Amino acid sequence: MEKLTVLNPVGYAPKVTRKALAPRLSTLDGKTVYLVDCRFDDSDLFLAQMQAWLAEHMPGVRTVLKRISSVYLQDDPTTWEEIKARGHAAILGVGH
Amino acid sequence: MTIEAKYGVPTIAMHTDKFDKVVESVARVNGMPGLRQVFVPQPIMGKTAAQLRAYVDGMNPLTGRPVMQEVVEGLTRPIADPDLGAIEFDRSTPRLVATDTAENLEQLFLENRWTDGLPIVLPTEARVAAMLAATRRKPEEVVGRMRSTHFREYWEYTVEKVAVNAVMAGARPAYFPVILALAATGVTARSSSSSAMAAMAVVNGPIRNEIGMNAGIGAMGPYNHANATIGRAYGLLSQNGQGGSVPGLSYMGNQGNSYAYNSVTFAENEERSPWTPFHTQHGRPATESSVSVFSGVRSTAFTLGLPAKHWRQHVEHMLRGMDPHGPPALLLDPIAARQFVDRGGFTTKELLIDWLYDTARMRASEYWDYQLIQNYIYPRATFGEEPWASKLKAAPDEMIPMFRREDIHVIVVGGESNGYWRIMGCNYQKTVSVDDWR
Repeated sequence: MEKLTVLNPVGYAPKVTRKALAPRLSTLDGKTVYLVDCRFDDSDLFLAQMQAWLAEHMPGVRTVLKRISSVYLQDDPTTWEEIKARGHAAILGVGH
Repeated sequence: MTIEAKYGVPTIAMHTDKFDKVVESVARVNGMPGLRQVFVPQPIMGKTAAQLRAYVDGMNPLTGRPVMQEVVEGLTRPIADPDLGAIEFDRSTPRLVATDTAENLEQLFLENRWTDGLPIVLPTEARVAAMLAATRRKPEEVVGRMRSTHFREYWEYTVEKVAVNAVMAGARPAYFPVILALAATGVTARSSSSSAMAAMAVVNGPIRNEIGMNAGIGAMGPYNHANATIGRAYGLLSQNGQGGSVPGLSYMGNQGNSYAYNSVTFAENEERSPWTPFHTQHGRPATESSVSVFSGVRSTAFTLGLPAKHWRQHVEHMLRGMDPHGPPALLLDPIAARQFVDRGGFTTKELLIDWLYDTARMRASEYWDYQLIQNYIYPRATFGEEPWASKLKAAPDEMIPMFRREDIHVIVVGGESNGYWRIMGCNYQKTVSVDDWR
Protein backbone atom coordinates (compact mmCIF):
# COMPACT_ATOMS: atom_id res chain seq x y z
CA MET A 1 0.00 0.00 0.00
CA GLU A 2 1.33 3.46 -0.92
CA LYS A 3 2.79 5.49 1.90
CA LEU A 4 2.37 9.25 2.20
CA THR A 5 4.30 12.04 3.80
CA VAL A 6 2.07 14.71 5.28
CA LEU A 7 2.60 17.88 7.26
CA ASN A 8 1.88 18.38 10.94
CA PRO A 9 -0.97 20.90 11.48
CA VAL A 10 -0.06 21.91 15.02
CA GLY A 11 1.29 25.39 15.79
CA TYR A 12 4.37 26.31 17.75
CA ALA A 13 4.26 26.41 21.53
CA PRO A 14 6.07 29.10 23.51
CA LYS A 15 9.03 28.06 25.58
CA VAL A 16 8.07 27.34 29.18
CA THR A 17 10.36 28.28 32.01
CA ARG A 18 9.60 26.83 35.39
CA LYS A 19 8.84 29.35 38.11
CA ALA A 20 9.56 28.64 41.75
CA LEU A 21 6.72 28.48 44.25
CA ALA A 22 6.77 30.83 47.23
CA PRO A 23 8.27 29.49 50.46
CA ARG A 24 5.65 27.99 52.75
CA LEU A 25 4.80 29.12 56.27
CA SER A 26 5.77 26.99 59.27
CA THR A 27 2.33 27.62 60.76
CA LEU A 28 -0.78 29.65 60.03
CA ASP A 29 -1.23 30.53 63.69
CA GLY A 30 -0.89 34.28 64.17
CA LYS A 31 -0.76 34.84 60.43
CA THR A 32 -3.09 36.78 58.11
CA VAL A 33 -4.64 34.76 55.31
CA TYR A 34 -6.39 36.58 52.47
CA LEU A 35 -9.38 34.83 50.97
CA VAL A 36 -9.45 36.31 47.48
CA ASP A 37 -12.79 36.34 45.69
CA CYS A 38 -12.31 36.08 41.94
CA ARG A 39 -15.91 37.29 41.47
CA PHE A 40 -17.13 34.39 39.43
CA ASP A 41 -20.26 32.27 39.97
CA ASP A 42 -20.88 33.03 43.68
CA SER A 43 -17.25 32.56 44.72
CA ASP A 44 -17.76 35.10 47.50
CA LEU A 45 -20.40 32.94 49.17
CA PHE A 46 -18.09 29.94 49.11
CA LEU A 47 -15.13 31.86 50.52
CA ALA A 48 -17.34 33.22 53.30
CA GLN A 49 -17.91 29.62 54.37
CA MET A 50 -14.16 28.97 54.32
CA GLN A 51 -13.68 32.06 56.43
CA ALA A 52 -16.27 30.77 58.91
CA TRP A 53 -14.51 27.39 59.08
CA LEU A 54 -11.18 29.03 59.83
CA ALA A 55 -12.76 31.19 62.56
CA GLU A 56 -14.23 28.10 64.22
CA HIS A 57 -11.37 25.65 63.83
CA MET A 58 -8.28 27.88 63.69
CA PRO A 59 -9.10 31.02 65.71
CA GLY A 60 -5.44 32.01 65.72
CA VAL A 61 -5.61 32.73 62.02
CA ARG A 62 -6.67 36.22 60.98
CA THR A 63 -8.63 36.21 57.73
CA VAL A 64 -9.47 38.95 55.25
CA LEU A 65 -12.11 38.37 52.59
CA LYS A 66 -10.97 40.45 49.63
CA ARG A 67 -12.60 40.92 46.24
CA ILE A 68 -10.36 41.40 43.22
CA SER A 69 -10.59 44.87 41.73
CA SER A 70 -12.34 43.91 38.51
CA VAL A 71 -13.08 40.77 36.52
CA TYR A 72 -10.83 37.73 36.88
CA LEU A 73 -9.63 38.19 33.30
CA GLN A 74 -7.56 41.20 34.36
CA ASP A 75 -4.39 41.24 36.42
CA ASP A 76 -4.87 42.98 39.75
CA PRO A 77 -1.53 44.32 41.02
CA THR A 78 -3.24 46.60 43.57
CA THR A 79 -4.73 43.61 45.36
CA TRP A 80 -1.55 41.52 45.08
CA GLU A 81 0.48 44.41 46.53
CA GLU A 82 -1.93 44.70 49.43
CA ILE A 83 -1.71 40.99 50.20
CA LYS A 84 2.07 41.08 49.94
CA ALA A 85 2.23 44.03 52.35
CA ARG A 86 -0.41 43.01 54.87
CA GLY A 87 -0.84 39.28 54.55
CA HIS A 88 1.15 36.09 54.85
CA ALA A 89 -0.78 33.71 52.60
CA ALA A 90 -3.66 33.66 50.14
CA ILE A 91 -6.50 31.37 49.13
CA LEU A 92 -7.89 32.20 45.68
CA GLY A 93 -11.27 30.96 44.61
CA VAL A 94 -13.10 29.73 42.93
CA GLY A 95 -11.51 28.86 39.62
CA HIS A 96 -13.43 27.02 36.99
CA MET B 1 -0.04 32.04 39.72
CA THR B 2 0.99 35.69 39.58
CA ILE B 3 0.68 36.25 43.31
CA GLU B 4 2.66 33.07 44.01
CA ALA B 5 5.48 33.53 41.51
CA LYS B 6 5.79 37.31 41.22
CA TYR B 7 4.83 38.43 44.73
CA GLY B 8 6.15 35.45 46.69
CA VAL B 9 2.95 34.86 48.64
CA PRO B 10 2.19 31.20 49.45
CA THR B 11 -1.10 30.54 47.78
CA ILE B 12 -3.77 27.89 47.40
CA ALA B 13 -5.99 27.95 44.33
CA MET B 14 -9.50 26.57 44.85
CA HIS B 15 -11.27 25.00 41.88
CA THR B 16 -14.25 22.85 41.10
CA ASP B 17 -13.48 19.26 40.22
CA LYS B 18 -14.65 19.40 36.60
CA PHE B 19 -11.65 21.58 35.84
CA ASP B 20 -8.90 19.41 37.28
CA LYS B 21 -7.22 18.58 33.97
CA VAL B 22 -7.55 22.16 32.76
CA VAL B 23 -5.93 23.74 35.80
CA GLU B 24 -3.20 21.10 35.94
CA SER B 25 -2.41 21.81 32.29
CA VAL B 26 -2.54 25.59 32.70
CA ALA B 27 -0.23 25.45 35.71
CA ARG B 28 2.23 23.24 33.83
CA VAL B 29 2.45 25.43 30.73
CA ASN B 30 2.82 28.48 32.93
CA GLY B 31 5.90 26.87 34.46
CA MET B 32 4.35 25.92 37.80
CA PRO B 33 3.45 22.23 37.61
CA GLY B 34 3.65 21.95 41.40
CA LEU B 35 1.14 24.73 42.04
CA ARG B 36 -0.97 23.76 45.01
CA GLN B 37 -4.62 23.42 44.12
CA VAL B 38 -7.58 22.06 46.05
CA PHE B 39 -10.85 20.92 44.50
CA VAL B 40 -14.45 21.03 45.65
CA PRO B 41 -17.52 19.71 43.84
CA GLN B 42 -19.04 21.50 40.87
CA PRO B 43 -21.10 23.72 40.92
CA ILE B 44 -20.61 26.63 43.30
CA MET B 45 -23.21 28.77 41.56
CA GLY B 46 -26.69 28.67 43.06
CA LYS B 47 -25.82 26.66 46.15
CA THR B 48 -27.08 27.64 49.59
CA ALA B 49 -24.76 28.66 52.39
CA ALA B 50 -25.33 25.29 54.04
CA GLN B 51 -24.45 23.43 50.85
CA LEU B 52 -21.29 25.47 50.41
CA ARG B 53 -20.36 24.84 54.03
CA ALA B 54 -20.74 21.15 53.33
CA TYR B 55 -18.18 21.53 50.53
CA VAL B 56 -15.78 23.17 52.99
CA ASP B 57 -16.40 20.54 55.66
CA GLY B 58 -16.26 17.74 53.13
CA MET B 59 -13.70 15.92 51.03
CA ASN B 60 -11.82 16.85 47.90
CA PRO B 61 -13.76 14.70 45.41
CA LEU B 62 -10.56 13.93 43.51
CA THR B 63 -8.30 12.92 46.40
CA GLY B 64 -10.83 11.86 49.02
CA ARG B 65 -9.01 13.94 51.63
CA PRO B 66 -10.56 16.73 53.77
CA VAL B 67 -10.68 20.01 51.85
CA MET B 68 -9.49 22.21 54.68
CA GLN B 69 -6.70 19.82 55.62
CA GLU B 70 -5.39 20.10 52.07
CA VAL B 71 -5.72 23.89 52.22
CA VAL B 72 -3.76 24.20 55.46
CA GLU B 73 -1.14 21.69 54.33
CA GLY B 74 -0.80 23.45 50.99
CA LEU B 75 0.16 26.67 52.74
CA THR B 76 2.50 25.08 55.29
CA ARG B 77 4.11 21.97 53.76
CA PRO B 78 7.63 22.85 52.58
CA ILE B 79 8.25 23.07 48.86
CA ALA B 80 9.81 19.97 47.33
CA ASP B 81 13.11 20.40 45.49
CA PRO B 82 11.65 19.89 41.97
CA ASP B 83 9.47 22.94 42.42
CA LEU B 84 12.41 25.17 43.30
CA GLY B 85 14.61 24.81 40.26
CA ALA B 86 14.28 26.51 36.90
CA ILE B 87 13.98 24.18 33.92
CA GLU B 88 12.68 24.46 30.40
CA PHE B 89 10.19 22.18 28.66
CA ASP B 90 10.82 20.87 25.17
CA ARG B 91 7.69 21.71 23.18
CA SER B 92 8.89 21.69 19.60
CA THR B 93 6.51 20.80 16.76
CA PRO B 94 7.93 18.70 13.91
CA ARG B 95 7.16 19.83 10.38
CA LEU B 96 6.25 16.38 9.11
CA VAL B 97 4.28 13.45 10.42
CA ALA B 98 5.90 10.00 10.14
CA THR B 99 5.27 8.47 6.70
CA ASP B 100 2.40 5.99 6.65
CA THR B 101 -0.59 4.79 4.66
CA ALA B 102 -3.50 7.14 4.08
CA GLU B 103 -5.74 5.02 6.27
CA ASN B 104 -3.29 5.03 9.17
CA LEU B 105 -2.62 8.75 8.83
CA GLU B 106 -6.33 9.56 8.86
CA GLN B 107 -6.65 7.50 12.03
CA LEU B 108 -3.63 9.26 13.55
CA PHE B 109 -5.08 12.70 12.85
CA LEU B 110 -8.34 11.63 14.42
CA GLU B 111 -6.68 10.13 17.52
CA ASN B 112 -4.46 13.19 17.96
CA ARG B 113 -7.61 15.34 17.88
CA TRP B 114 -6.28 17.36 14.96
CA THR B 115 -9.66 17.18 13.19
CA ASP B 116 -13.27 18.12 13.92
CA GLY B 117 -14.25 14.46 13.85
CA LEU B 118 -15.15 14.52 10.17
CA PRO B 119 -12.96 13.07 7.40
CA ILE B 120 -10.16 15.37 6.29
CA VAL B 121 -8.03 15.83 3.18
CA LEU B 122 -4.53 14.67 4.09
CA PRO B 123 -2.07 17.58 3.87
CA THR B 124 0.52 16.11 1.54
CA GLU B 125 3.45 18.27 0.53
CA ALA B 126 2.01 18.70 -2.97
CA ARG B 127 -1.38 19.83 -1.71
CA VAL B 128 0.15 22.23 0.79
CA ALA B 129 2.46 23.62 -1.92
CA ALA B 130 -0.56 24.30 -4.15
CA MET B 131 -2.24 26.14 -1.29
CA LEU B 132 0.89 28.17 -0.60
CA ALA B 133 1.03 29.23 -4.26
CA ALA B 134 -2.16 31.23 -3.72
CA THR B 135 -0.39 33.87 -1.61
CA ARG B 136 2.71 35.99 -2.09
CA ARG B 137 3.52 35.49 1.59
CA LYS B 138 6.42 33.19 2.50
CA PRO B 139 5.64 29.80 4.10
CA GLU B 140 7.72 30.52 7.20
CA GLU B 141 6.14 33.93 7.85
CA VAL B 142 4.34 34.12 11.19
CA VAL B 143 0.64 34.88 10.65
CA GLY B 144 -0.48 35.25 14.25
CA ARG B 145 -0.96 33.78 17.69
CA MET B 146 -3.96 32.22 19.38
CA ARG B 147 -4.95 30.73 22.70
CA SER B 148 -8.11 28.99 23.84
CA THR B 149 -8.60 30.96 27.05
CA HIS B 150 -7.27 33.98 28.85
CA PHE B 151 -5.14 31.83 31.15
CA ARG B 152 -3.48 29.75 28.49
CA GLU B 153 -0.31 30.64 26.65
CA TYR B 154 -0.33 31.92 23.08
CA TRP B 155 0.80 29.53 20.36
CA GLU B 156 2.17 30.78 17.06
CA TYR B 157 1.49 29.65 13.50
CA THR B 158 3.03 30.32 10.12
CA VAL B 159 1.62 30.65 6.61
CA GLU B 160 2.54 26.99 6.03
CA LYS B 161 0.71 25.84 9.16
CA VAL B 162 -2.41 27.70 8.03
CA ALA B 163 -2.06 26.08 4.59
CA VAL B 164 -1.88 22.63 6.17
CA ASN B 165 -5.16 23.23 8.00
CA ALA B 166 -6.76 24.76 4.91
CA VAL B 167 -5.94 21.61 2.94
CA MET B 168 -7.34 19.43 5.73
CA ALA B 169 -10.61 21.40 5.60
CA GLY B 170 -10.97 20.75 1.86
CA ALA B 171 -10.48 24.39 0.89
CA ARG B 172 -9.35 25.38 -2.60
CA PRO B 173 -6.21 27.49 -3.02
CA ALA B 174 -8.33 30.43 -4.24
CA TYR B 175 -9.84 30.67 -0.76
CA PHE B 176 -6.47 30.81 0.97
CA PRO B 177 -6.19 34.62 1.36
CA VAL B 178 -9.50 34.64 3.25
CA ILE B 179 -8.30 31.82 5.51
CA LEU B 180 -5.01 33.60 6.15
CA ALA B 181 -6.92 36.77 7.03
CA LEU B 182 -9.01 34.78 9.52
CA ALA B 183 -5.81 33.37 11.01
CA ALA B 184 -4.37 36.89 11.20
CA THR B 185 -7.24 38.04 13.41
CA GLY B 186 -5.78 36.01 16.27
CA VAL B 187 -9.37 35.38 17.38
CA THR B 188 -9.86 31.71 18.11
CA ALA B 189 -12.83 29.83 16.72
CA ARG B 190 -12.22 27.20 19.44
CA SER B 191 -12.65 29.12 22.66
CA SER B 192 -12.53 26.96 25.77
CA SER B 193 -15.20 29.02 27.50
CA SER B 194 -17.61 26.85 29.48
CA SER B 195 -20.36 28.85 27.77
CA ALA B 196 -19.69 26.86 24.57
CA MET B 197 -18.89 29.72 22.24
CA ALA B 198 -18.58 29.50 18.49
CA ALA B 199 -17.23 32.13 16.10
CA MET B 200 -18.85 33.86 13.12
CA ALA B 201 -17.06 35.16 10.02
CA VAL B 202 -18.52 37.67 7.55
CA VAL B 203 -16.78 38.27 4.23
CA ASN B 204 -17.16 41.56 2.34
CA GLY B 205 -15.81 43.01 -0.89
CA PRO B 206 -14.88 41.64 -4.32
CA ILE B 207 -13.38 38.37 -3.04
CA ARG B 208 -16.90 37.12 -2.30
CA ASN B 209 -17.74 36.85 -5.97
CA GLU B 210 -14.22 35.98 -7.13
CA ILE B 211 -14.28 32.73 -5.17
CA GLY B 212 -18.00 32.05 -5.48
CA MET B 213 -19.09 32.60 -1.90
CA ASN B 214 -22.78 32.49 -1.16
CA ALA B 215 -24.67 35.47 0.30
CA GLY B 216 -28.09 34.30 -0.85
CA ILE B 217 -30.29 31.23 -0.36
CA GLY B 218 -28.67 28.85 2.11
CA ALA B 219 -25.68 31.13 2.77
CA MET B 220 -25.32 29.98 6.38
CA GLY B 221 -26.04 26.33 5.58
CA PRO B 222 -24.06 23.49 3.98
CA TYR B 223 -24.70 24.57 0.39
CA ASN B 224 -21.58 26.35 -0.79
CA HIS B 225 -18.07 24.95 -1.02
CA ALA B 226 -16.27 28.20 -0.22
CA ASN B 227 -18.47 29.13 2.75
CA ALA B 228 -18.27 25.62 4.15
CA THR B 229 -14.56 24.98 3.81
CA ILE B 230 -13.32 28.48 4.71
CA GLY B 231 -15.30 28.26 7.93
CA ARG B 232 -14.09 24.74 8.60
CA ALA B 233 -10.50 25.80 7.96
CA TYR B 234 -10.94 28.63 10.48
CA GLY B 235 -11.96 26.09 13.10
CA LEU B 236 -9.17 23.63 12.33
CA LEU B 237 -6.46 26.29 12.20
CA SER B 238 -7.73 27.58 15.52
CA GLN B 239 -7.68 24.27 17.36
CA ASN B 240 -4.33 23.23 15.91
CA GLY B 241 -2.73 26.66 15.81
CA GLN B 242 -3.46 27.25 19.50
CA GLY B 243 -2.17 23.84 20.49
CA GLY B 244 -5.42 21.94 20.94
CA SER B 245 -9.12 21.91 21.72
CA VAL B 246 -9.69 18.74 23.71
CA PRO B 247 -12.80 18.31 25.89
CA GLY B 248 -11.93 18.30 29.57
CA LEU B 249 -8.43 19.60 28.92
CA SER B 250 -8.41 22.59 26.59
CA TYR B 251 -12.12 22.78 25.75
CA MET B 252 -14.76 23.16 28.47
CA GLY B 253 -17.89 24.28 26.59
CA ASN B 254 -20.55 22.56 28.65
CA GLN B 255 -22.94 21.72 25.80
CA GLY B 256 -20.68 22.28 22.82
CA ASN B 257 -21.89 24.29 19.85
CA SER B 258 -22.78 22.97 16.40
CA TYR B 259 -22.13 26.41 14.92
CA ALA B 260 -18.45 25.56 15.45
CA TYR B 261 -18.39 23.10 12.54
CA ASN B 262 -17.91 25.97 10.12
CA SER B 263 -17.97 29.03 12.37
CA VAL B 264 -21.08 30.54 10.71
CA THR B 265 -19.04 31.72 7.72
CA PHE B 266 -20.83 33.59 4.93
CA ALA B 267 -20.67 36.60 2.63
CA GLU B 268 -22.76 39.70 3.20
CA ASN B 269 -25.36 40.24 0.47
CA GLU B 270 -24.04 43.68 -0.46
CA GLU B 271 -25.80 43.70 -3.84
CA ARG B 272 -29.28 43.35 -2.31
CA SER B 273 -28.70 45.31 0.88
CA PRO B 274 -30.32 48.74 1.24
CA TRP B 275 -27.36 49.84 3.35
CA THR B 276 -23.58 50.16 3.24
CA PRO B 277 -21.52 46.96 3.62
CA PHE B 278 -20.48 45.86 7.09
CA HIS B 279 -16.73 46.32 6.54
CA THR B 280 -17.17 49.97 5.56
CA GLN B 281 -18.67 50.60 9.00
CA HIS B 282 -15.34 49.48 10.41
CA GLY B 283 -13.01 51.71 8.49
CA ARG B 284 -12.47 49.64 5.35
CA PRO B 285 -13.04 50.95 1.81
CA ALA B 286 -15.91 49.32 -0.09
CA THR B 287 -13.49 48.17 -2.77
CA GLU B 288 -11.39 46.21 -0.30
CA SER B 289 -12.01 42.55 0.45
CA SER B 290 -12.10 41.82 4.15
CA VAL B 291 -13.33 39.40 6.74
CA SER B 292 -14.91 40.32 10.08
CA VAL B 293 -14.97 37.95 13.01
CA PHE B 294 -17.31 37.64 15.96
CA SER B 295 -16.85 35.51 19.06
CA GLY B 296 -19.28 34.29 21.67
CA VAL B 297 -21.81 33.00 19.14
CA ARG B 298 -24.37 31.07 21.14
CA SER B 299 -27.93 32.36 21.18
CA THR B 300 -30.35 32.91 18.33
CA ALA B 301 -33.80 34.46 18.07
CA PHE B 302 -35.81 34.54 14.85
CA THR B 303 -39.02 35.78 13.30
CA LEU B 304 -40.63 36.46 9.91
CA GLY B 305 -40.66 40.00 8.62
CA LEU B 306 -42.04 43.04 10.43
CA PRO B 307 -45.85 42.92 10.74
CA ALA B 308 -47.29 46.43 10.43
CA LYS B 309 -49.18 46.60 13.70
CA HIS B 310 -46.73 45.38 16.36
CA TRP B 311 -43.31 45.13 14.71
CA ARG B 312 -41.72 47.32 17.37
CA GLN B 313 -42.98 45.06 20.13
CA HIS B 314 -41.89 41.92 18.30
CA VAL B 315 -38.35 43.20 17.93
CA GLU B 316 -38.33 44.44 21.51
CA HIS B 317 -39.30 41.00 22.77
CA MET B 318 -36.65 39.31 20.65
CA LEU B 319 -34.01 41.63 22.06
CA ARG B 320 -35.36 41.14 25.55
CA GLY B 321 -34.88 37.40 25.14
CA MET B 322 -31.14 37.73 24.64
CA ASP B 323 -28.72 37.38 27.52
CA PRO B 324 -27.51 40.95 28.14
CA HIS B 325 -23.93 39.70 28.04
CA GLY B 326 -24.43 38.53 24.44
CA PRO B 327 -25.15 41.62 22.37
CA PRO B 328 -27.23 41.34 19.22
CA ALA B 329 -26.06 41.07 15.63
CA LEU B 330 -29.11 41.25 13.36
CA LEU B 331 -28.75 38.93 10.36
CA LEU B 332 -31.36 40.27 7.96
CA ASP B 333 -32.59 38.80 4.72
CA PRO B 334 -32.78 41.68 2.19
CA ILE B 335 -36.59 41.53 2.41
CA ALA B 336 -36.44 42.09 6.18
CA ALA B 337 -33.80 44.79 5.76
CA ARG B 338 -36.04 46.73 3.38
CA GLN B 339 -38.93 46.31 5.81
CA PHE B 340 -36.84 47.99 8.50
CA VAL B 341 -36.31 50.86 6.06
CA ASP B 342 -40.02 51.03 5.16
CA ARG B 343 -41.50 50.55 8.61
CA GLY B 344 -39.04 52.49 10.71
CA GLY B 345 -37.42 54.88 8.26
CA PHE B 346 -34.01 53.41 9.05
CA THR B 347 -32.25 54.54 5.91
CA THR B 348 -28.86 53.61 7.36
CA LYS B 349 -27.65 50.78 9.56
CA GLU B 350 -26.64 53.39 12.12
CA LEU B 351 -30.21 54.65 12.47
CA LEU B 352 -31.44 51.12 12.99
CA ILE B 353 -28.73 50.48 15.58
CA ASP B 354 -29.73 53.67 17.42
CA TRP B 355 -33.31 52.40 17.61
CA LEU B 356 -32.23 48.93 18.72
CA TYR B 357 -30.10 50.46 21.46
CA ASP B 358 -33.03 52.55 22.72
CA THR B 359 -35.45 49.65 22.46
CA ALA B 360 -33.44 46.95 24.23
CA ARG B 361 -34.06 47.81 27.87
CA MET B 362 -34.85 45.99 31.09
CA ARG B 363 -35.34 46.80 34.76
CA ALA B 364 -32.03 47.54 36.45
CA SER B 365 -32.60 44.99 39.21
CA GLU B 366 -33.20 42.27 36.64
CA TYR B 367 -30.17 43.30 34.58
CA TRP B 368 -27.79 43.11 37.52
CA ASP B 369 -29.21 39.75 38.55
CA TYR B 370 -28.02 37.98 35.38
CA GLN B 371 -25.17 35.62 36.29
CA LEU B 372 -22.94 36.67 33.39
CA ILE B 373 -23.51 40.33 34.26
CA GLN B 374 -22.50 39.51 37.82
CA ASN B 375 -19.40 37.67 36.61
CA TYR B 376 -18.13 40.05 33.97
CA ILE B 377 -19.86 43.43 34.19
CA TYR B 378 -20.67 44.09 37.83
CA PRO B 379 -17.00 44.00 38.93
CA ARG B 380 -16.13 46.57 36.27
CA ALA B 381 -19.10 48.74 37.25
CA THR B 382 -18.13 48.78 40.90
CA PHE B 383 -14.74 50.17 39.98
CA GLY B 384 -16.16 53.02 37.96
CA GLU B 385 -15.96 51.74 34.42
CA GLU B 386 -18.57 53.35 32.14
CA PRO B 387 -21.23 52.94 30.97
CA TRP B 388 -21.82 50.31 33.62
CA ALA B 389 -20.96 52.51 36.59
CA SER B 390 -23.83 54.83 35.64
CA LYS B 391 -26.16 51.87 35.16
CA LEU B 392 -25.30 50.76 38.66
CA LYS B 393 -26.75 54.01 40.00
CA ALA B 394 -30.15 53.31 38.43
CA ALA B 395 -33.11 52.63 40.71
CA PRO B 396 -34.19 48.94 40.75
CA ASP B 397 -37.25 49.60 38.56
CA GLU B 398 -35.54 51.99 36.15
CA MET B 399 -35.38 50.69 32.58
CA ILE B 400 -31.74 50.63 31.51
CA PRO B 401 -30.10 49.69 28.18
CA MET B 402 -29.24 46.01 27.92
CA PHE B 403 -26.30 46.60 25.60
CA ARG B 404 -23.75 49.20 24.62
CA ARG B 405 -24.58 50.85 21.31
CA GLU B 406 -21.19 49.94 19.83
CA ASP B 407 -21.85 46.26 20.50
CA ILE B 408 -24.97 46.12 18.29
CA HIS B 409 -24.49 45.14 14.63
CA VAL B 410 -26.50 44.64 11.46
CA ILE B 411 -25.56 42.38 8.52
CA VAL B 412 -27.59 41.54 5.43
CA VAL B 413 -27.60 37.91 4.29
CA GLY B 414 -30.14 35.72 2.55
CA GLY B 415 -31.70 34.98 -0.81
CA GLU B 416 -35.16 36.59 -0.50
CA SER B 417 -37.05 33.30 -0.58
CA ASN B 418 -38.82 34.89 2.38
CA GLY B 419 -38.32 37.65 4.94
CA TYR B 420 -37.13 35.48 7.83
CA TRP B 421 -34.40 37.04 9.91
CA ARG B 422 -32.59 36.30 13.11
CA ILE B 423 -30.63 37.84 15.92
CA MET B 424 -27.32 36.21 16.75
CA GLY B 425 -25.98 36.92 20.23
CA CYS B 426 -22.25 37.51 19.74
CA ASN B 427 -19.33 39.88 20.19
CA TYR B 428 -17.71 41.68 17.25
CA GLN B 429 -13.93 41.40 17.45
CA LYS B 430 -12.23 42.84 14.38
CA THR B 431 -12.13 43.27 10.61
CA VAL B 432 -9.01 42.22 8.70
CA SER B 433 -8.03 42.86 5.09
CA VAL B 434 -8.07 39.83 2.81
CA ASP B 435 -6.14 41.73 0.14
CA ASP B 436 -3.12 41.93 2.45
CA TRP B 437 -2.91 38.13 2.33
CA ARG B 438 -3.25 37.57 -1.40
